[in-house]
Amino acid sequence: MGIEGVGARVARKEDKRFITGAGRYVDDMVVPGMKHAAFVRSPHAHAEIKKIDVKKAQAMPGVIGVLTGKELKADGIGNLICGWMIHSKDGSPMKMGAWSPLAFDRVRYVGDAVVIVVAETKGQARDAAEAVDITYKELKAVVDAPKALERSAPQIHPEADNNLIFDWELGDSTATNAAIKAAAHVTRMKIVNNRLVPNAMEPRAALGYYDKAEDHYTCWTTSQNPHLARLVMSAFYNVAPENKLRVIAPDVGGGFGSKIYIYPEEIICLWASKKTGVPVKWVADRTESFLTDAHGRDHVSTVEMAFDKDHRITGLKVDTIANLGAYMSLFSSCVPTYLYATLLSGQYDIPAIHANVRAVYTNTAPVDAYRGAGRPEATYLLERTMETAARELGVSPAELRRKNFITSFPHQTPVIMNYDAGDYAASLDAAMAASDYAGFAKRKAAAADRGKLRGIGMSSYIEACGLAPSAAVGSLGAGVGLWESAEVRVNAVGTIEVLTGSHSHGQGHETTFAQLVSQRFGVPIDSVSIVHGDTDKVQMGMGSYGSRSGAVGMSAVAKALDKVEAKAKKIAAHLLEADEGDIVIENGALKVTGTDKSVPWFQMALAAYTAHNLPGGMEPGLKETSFYDPSNFTFPAGCYVCEVEIDPETGVTEIVQFVAADDFGNIINPMIVEGQVHGGVAQGIGQALLEGTRYDASGQLLTASYMDYTMPRADDLPSFKVSTSNTPCPGNPLGIKGCGEAGAIGSPPAVINAITDAIGITDIAMPASPSTVWAAIRATKH
Amino acid sequence: MSDISLTVNGKRVSGTAEDRTLLVHFLRENLGLTGTHVGCDTSQCGACVIHVDGKAVKSCTMLAVQASGSNVVTIEGLADGADLHPVQAAFKEHHGLQCGFCTPGMIMAATDMINRHPEGLDEATVRAELEGNICRCTGYHNIVKAILAASETMAKGARRKAKQAA
Repeated sequence: MGIEGVGARVARKEDKRFITGAGRYVDDMVVPGMKHAAFVRSPHAHAEIKKIDVKKAQAMPGVIGVLTGKELKADGIGNLICGWMIHSKDGSPMKMGAWSPLAFDRVRYVGDAVVIVVAETKGQARDAAEAVDITYKELKAVVDAPKALERSAPQIHPEADNNLIFDWELGDSTATNAAIKAAAHVTRMKIVNNRLVPNAMEPRAALGYYDKAEDHYTCWTTSQNPHLARLVMSAFYNVAPENKLRVIAPDVGGGFGSKIYIYPEEIICLWASKKTGVPVKWVADRTESFLTDAHGRDHVSTVEMAFDKDHRITGLKVDTIANLGAYMSLFSSCVPTYLYATLLSGQYDIPAIHANVRAVYTNTAPVDAYRGAGRPEATYLLERTMETAARELGVSPAELRRKNFITSFPHQTPVIMNYDAGDYAASLDAAMAASDYAGFAKRKAAAADRGKLRGIGMSSYIEACGLAPSAAVGSLGAGVGLWESAEVRVNAVGTIEVLTGSHSHGQGHETTFAQLVSQRFGVPIDSVSIVHGDTDKVQMGMGSYGSRSGAVGMSAVAKALDKVEAKAKKIAAHLLEADEGDIVIENGALKVTGTDKSVPWFQMALAAYTAHNLPGGMEPGLKETSFYDPSNFTFPAGCYVCEVEIDPETGVTEIVQFVAADDFGNIINPMIVEGQVHGGVAQGIGQALLEGTRYDASGQLLTASYMDYTMPRADDLPSFKVSTSNTPCPGNPLGIKGCGEAGAIGSPPAVINAITDAIGITDIAMPASPSTVWAAIRATKH
Repeated sequence: MSDISLTVNGKRVSGTAEDRTLLVHFLRENLGLTGTHVGCDTSQCGACVIHVDGKAVKSCTMLAVQASGSNVVTIEGLADGADLHPVQAAFKEHHGLQCGFCTPGMIMAATDMINRHPEGLDEATVRAELEGNICRCTGYHNIVKAILAASETMAKGARRKAKQAA
C-alpha cells in the first residue's frame, strides 16, 4: 500500500469545499431569471378533490403561474411508476395504483401534491399557495397495514382489492411446515419493525430549467442516481427525450435511500419551467420532507423457528405484512421481497425456509428503501428470534449462534442467495473480545449496586450488497440492469479524470476512487479527479445505493484501468524498445523490469497524444471505458454487541458500550469505512431507541418536525468500538463487499436484545423510548 | 421592507429585505453566502449556526433586520486566508464530516464551544454541548474526536502566544 493507495487512511479531497462553506448543493444554485415554487398539498389523508379554485392565488403579488394536475395530464406527463414487477403466488402481477405527480381527482395521503405555485420569491409563492382554494370531500382513511387488509377498510386504489398489492412467497412451504411439526422446540414471535423517516440533513430540492431556443431541459436535483432520474423522466413521465434532458446531482447532503427515487416535484418543476417560461426552484422545508420523502421499514411479522434436540435450526417460517403507503414508490416492491426474504437464512445453515409477504396500501407516505432496505427487517426478525430461542432453550446466545453458523463456502441458502465467502465465528469472537463479554456478569452486578439495570445483547447480521447481476435481477422483476460504468481519461500531461456512474453524497468517492488509480499508476491522488453526478459528463450509470459503489462502481473503474494500463504498457514498450510483457508501473513511471530503462507516466501520456511515435496501427489518445456487471451479490457480515444501563426510575436507557466487528472484504480507506459504520450504527440505535413515526387514526403525521421526531443527537450516543476482519469477496476484481448499510442493519436487534435482557422481558416495541421502557419495567412488577 | 447594514466576515455590507426575512436567508440570498445551510423549520438542526457579535447563533432564529449593526462571521469567514481554522482542519483530519451539509453549523458551533471552554473539553461536555446540532451521517463519533483535537490544538496555540507575549 502506498501512502495514498488502497488501504491507506487518506484524508478526504472533497472536504476542503465542505469545511469552508463552498459546497454546492441544489439550494445554492442560482440560474438567471430563476423563480420559486411552493406546493399546495393535501391536508387530508384520503379525500376526493371536488374543486380547485386558483383565481385568488393567481392575483397575488409576484405570482407567475398556478398550475394543476389537470393541466399536467393534458400535457401528457405520465404517472409515477414502480420499477420492479412482483407477481403474487397466484401468478397475478402486483396491483399498481395510479400516481399522478399532481393529484387531480383524489388525494391519498397528507402531503400529496395538488397545485404548484410559481412566484418571484419563495415567500410570495407560499403566500399564494395559502390562497388556493380546494374543496375536498373527506373519505375514511387507514394507516395501519394489517387494518388495511380488513374488509371494512376504505379502498385506496380501485386497482387493488382490499388494498392488497401482492401476496408473494419464497421458499418451500411443505418442507418448512414439516420441520416445524417435527421440531424438538419452536420459538414463536410477533415482530414489528417500526416506520422510520430517513431525514438526510439536506432537504430534497429541484431546479427545473427549460431552454426554449434549444427545446432542452436541465434539472438540478438532490439525487443518488441522476442517470436513472433522466431515464425514468424520459421513458415513463414524458418530460423530454433523453437527449433533451440533462440531470445534474451536484453536492447532495445525504441520501440513505430517500434520494434514489424520482419524486413528483422534479417532474413538476421541469414541466412548470416550460409552462411559465422561467427556471423554477423548489426546496422542501423539513415538514414537507417528513410528509413526502419515502419512509422506511414498517413491517408486521410473525415468525416460527424450529430447532432439533441439539439446538440446530431445522426450519424458519415467516409471515410479513409490509406497509407500502399510499402509492408504490420506484423500488418499493423489491424491498420487502427480494431484499428481505432472500436474507432470512442470516448467517445460519437453515435447511427449510418459507416466507409469505403481503404488501399493502395505506393512507400514509410511500415507503421504499431506507439504509439497509429489507435487510434490517430480516436481521431484526432473525436476531430477535435467535435471542429469544437462546433464552427459551437456556443456552448462551453466542453459542446458539455459533452452533448454527454456516462454515463452508460457497453456501446455497433455500432462499436464492449463494453466499460466496465469510467467517462468521471470527466476527463473533472479535465482538465478544472487544466487548469483554465474559466480564459482563461483574458489570451487571456493579450496576445493580447503583440501582441500574444492565443488559447485553448481540446480533450476527448478514446482508447482500453490490446490487447486482443484471440478468439475475431482471429475472426477478427489476426494470433496470444494475451494472456500473466508468471512463478513465488520461490527459496529455498525465493527469487523470475518472468518470463514474456512482454518485457520492457523503461516501467520499472523490478520495477512494482516486486511491484506486493512485495504487495502479503510482500517481498522487491530487492528479486524479473524479467526475460524477452529471448526465452530460458521464454517459450512463446506475447510481449509489445498496452499498454498491465500491463493489460495482469501483470494479468498473478497475476494469477501465486494466485497459488503460494495457495500452500504456504498449506505448511504453514501443518508446523503450522493450517487450510489453516486461513493462511494470512503479512510482509514476513505466519501467522495463530488471533494467534501469524507464519512461515517466506523463511522458507516456504525452506520447499517446502527440502520436508522433506510436506502435503501428495504434489509435492516438488514452481513454478507456468499462461497463461492469457483477457476477453475484456480495455478502458483508459481522457481529454487533450492545451493552445498556437502564435507570428504572426514569426508563432512560444509556448505551454504555457498542461494539461492531464487520467483515467488508478488502478495504480502500479504513477511515471512511469506519465512518460509514459509525453513521449506520447511529441510525440503527435511532430506530431502536428514539425514532418513532406516528400517524393518528385519521392519517395526520404527528411526528412531522424535529420537535416531534427524535433524531439521534450527540448526547444520545457513545463513541463506538469498531473493527474489521477480511474474507475477500471472490466475486469482483477488488474483493470488496460494501460497508454503507451494515451499521443500520446489525444494530437494532443488538440494542433491543440488550434492553430485554436488562429488564428480563421477551419483547419491547421500538423505539424503546423512556416511557415505553418505564412501562415495561412497571409491568414486570405486577 | 427594511434597510439592513452589518459587518459580515470583516466587510461592511448592506441590503434591503422584507421585514420577515430571516438572517439565514439574507446571508444566503442577498449576500450569496451559501455555506450557511437550512436543515429544518424549527431551529433544531443547527445547520445555520453562525457567529453574531462573537456568539454562536442559529441564524434561522433571528430576523435579518435584528442583525443590523452586528458583526457576523459565517463559515466562509472562519479561515485565516488560505490557512484553515484549527476546527476546520480537525474536521478534515478526523473525518468529522461525510455529506457536509451539517458541517458549517457544526464547525461554527464547535468553535464557539471551544472558545467558551478555555479550561479544555472532555467527551461528555462536547456531546452535551452539541445537543443543538444534528448530523445524520457520522454518528457524531468523529465530530466529537475532531472537536476534542481542535480544542487541544487551540489551547496549545494560546499557550504559545502567551509565552511569546511574556
